[in-house]
Amino acid sequence: MILLGIVLFGLILLISGNDPIQSYRDIFVSTLGSAYGLSEVLVAMTPLLLTALAVALPSRIGLINVGGEGQLYMGACLATWAALTFGALPGWLLLPIMVLLGMIGGAAWAWIPGELRARGIVSETISTLLLNPVAPMIVGFFVFGYWHSPMDTNKTPIFSASARLPTLFGTRISLGLILGLGLLAMFWFVMRSTRWGLEMRGLGWNHQAARLNGIPTRRYVVGVMCLAGAVAGLAGMVLVSGYYGVLLANFSRGIGFMGFLVSWLANGSPLGIVVTSFVVAIILTGGNLLQLTRDLPYSVINILLAMTLFVVLARPSFIRKRAEP
Amino acid sequence: MSKLALLGVLSSAVFSGTSLLYATLGEIVGERAGIVNLGLEGVLLVSASTGFAVTSLTGNPYLGVLAGVIAGGLMNMILGYLVLNRKANQLASGLALMFFGFGLSALIGRGFVGAKIVGLPRLALPGSSGLPKLYASLLRFDLLIYLSVPVAVAIWWLLFRTRWGLGVRAVGESPDTAFASGRNPRLIRYQALWLGGALAGVGGSHLSIAYAMNWTEYMTAGLGFIAIALVIFAKWHPLYAVAGALLFSGAVAFQLLLQSSGIQVSPFLLSTIPYVLTLVVLIVWGGRRRVAAPASLGRVYQGAE
Repeated sequence: MILLGIVLFGLILLISGNDPIQSYRDIFVSTLGSAYGLSEVLVAMTPLLLTALAVALPSRIGLINVGGEGQLYMGACLATWAALTFGALPGWLLLPIMVLLGMIGGAAWAWIPGELRARGIVSETISTLLLNPVAPMIVGFFVFGYWHSPMDTNKTPIFSASARLPTLFGTRISLGLILGLGLLAMFWFVMRSTRWGLEMRGLGWNHQAARLNGIPTRRYVVGVMCLAGAVAGLAGMVLVSGYYGVLLANFSRGIGFMGFLVSWLANGSPLGIVVTSFVVAIILTGGNLLQLTRDLPYSVINILLAMTLFVVLARPSFIRKRAEP
Repeated sequence: MSKLALLGVLSSAVFSGTSLLYATLGEIVGERAGIVNLGLEGVLLVSASTGFAVTSLTGNPYLGVLAGVIAGGLMNMILGYLVLNRKANQLASGLALMFFGFGLSALIGRGFVGAKIVGLPRLALPGSSGLPKLYASLLRFDLLIYLSVPVAVAIWWLLFRTRWGLGVRAVGESPDTAFASGRNPRLIRYQALWLGGALAGVGGSHLSIAYAMNWTEYMTAGLGFIAIALVIFAKWHPLYAVAGALLFSGAVAFQLLLQSSGIQVSPFLLSTIPYVLTLVVLIVWGGRRRVAAPASLGRVYQGAE
């Protein structure tokens, strides 16, 4: 089904005066054709795993978290504060502090919608959406106002080596990938074989029945939202500490929103999230290449992403028939 | 603070609020019919880039606005096809539309970065001719600005005083009931989406053709999301949307005022005002506001076939 999206994007490339087949070959060779290319795909995939999990978890109890973007920024913000303040500490001490603060930042940002929803005041869809644009502004406030390096106005100084997540096998893949995969595995296990998982599935099926059976509905709503925010905040921490090494104003480019789409496409299943993130990461990595070799703006790759999504969303009949034998 | 500076600030606030008002009105029409368009940001970007490109090619800003309007309507048709014909999830479809808009607008605008255009002509405010020249020069607005409030009233009239508007609201509350009373929910939703997209198109092209008079990638910078927030703030009502847009432009103006009077408040914190205020209003009015939302908002209509 992704094929149809690829064909549609090929048409657009053709109209804009590029050879689509050559472009696709470039994308394919540069991402899957070499160990380095593959490692770059895994780099791009890392934050997606986390932001997708931040959507999949609340969706299990019927909550729609569209606020991954904001939660990610708040996580990055607090983690950066730690990196700049305690930069002299050794890594084994500093990194856990940054992880913790990143998670707290995201959790705090998601606590507001969680609490509002649990009290039945504002739906979490609306409040997470409203809080999204506020977080990058808070980041901008700190970066432009206090944290910027002497040379730039829009980014912090480069973090000290102890504030960088270790990378694996000499590539740019950071420990964040392991964290993401580990958390997804944990999510799968908790949902399947623990009491919490059972109660959450119960909540997802029928809120009222769950409440009548003595499941603390409110506590779950607030708790799950905070957990989801913590995961998205961790994504922010992983991005600044593992990928950029600095905090850049407006660094995310919609990774929180992409997490929503990944989770939705994967229907919230952990394995599906891994596979879908991988595919989306190939597309995103390919975008960098199109920019370099085809002289197209980077955002053009969003068309390929969107085309693929459109096709999946539209569920053409031949897919549906195959999916429901 | 001189009167002149105050006037300048107000004038720029009116300019920045106009795109927002059109975008908000567009979203209201769609949501009244029961469809949340989270891709508004992308729709605005595509109409901004299309409008700018056409203006640059033809030299006629009005043709540019027309192109922007058509582009906005067409963008919403993609959403319509996904959520109405294919019954796809509205939030996911909207976000996909947003990403599509990011990419498409970059592609369309690629050749026009830094291009110079003749913006929408500015006409003097009636009655301002007696004022000193400097004052009068600040009171010159383009046609779209003069039309913005009348358009809001027209949309109100359309939604609340016509048969078509009754149909739109009925479909937004309960498509099944509307269908049972002889209306075609899908058709009405398509019409509402087209009108909403066209209005967003006016907003997007005003941004690039009249306000900024240039094209840069991602020039909307979150305007679409402010509009979505304002819809809730305005209780899905076109006339309250005018108040909402004024509030936002007021915040912008206030920010400029503070800066020009030498008070140091970070522009970033001031920019959060519209969002935080909307959230606070939602919390204070709490449950009562939820009643104002169209009941079938965001739900997939399975149809009666």
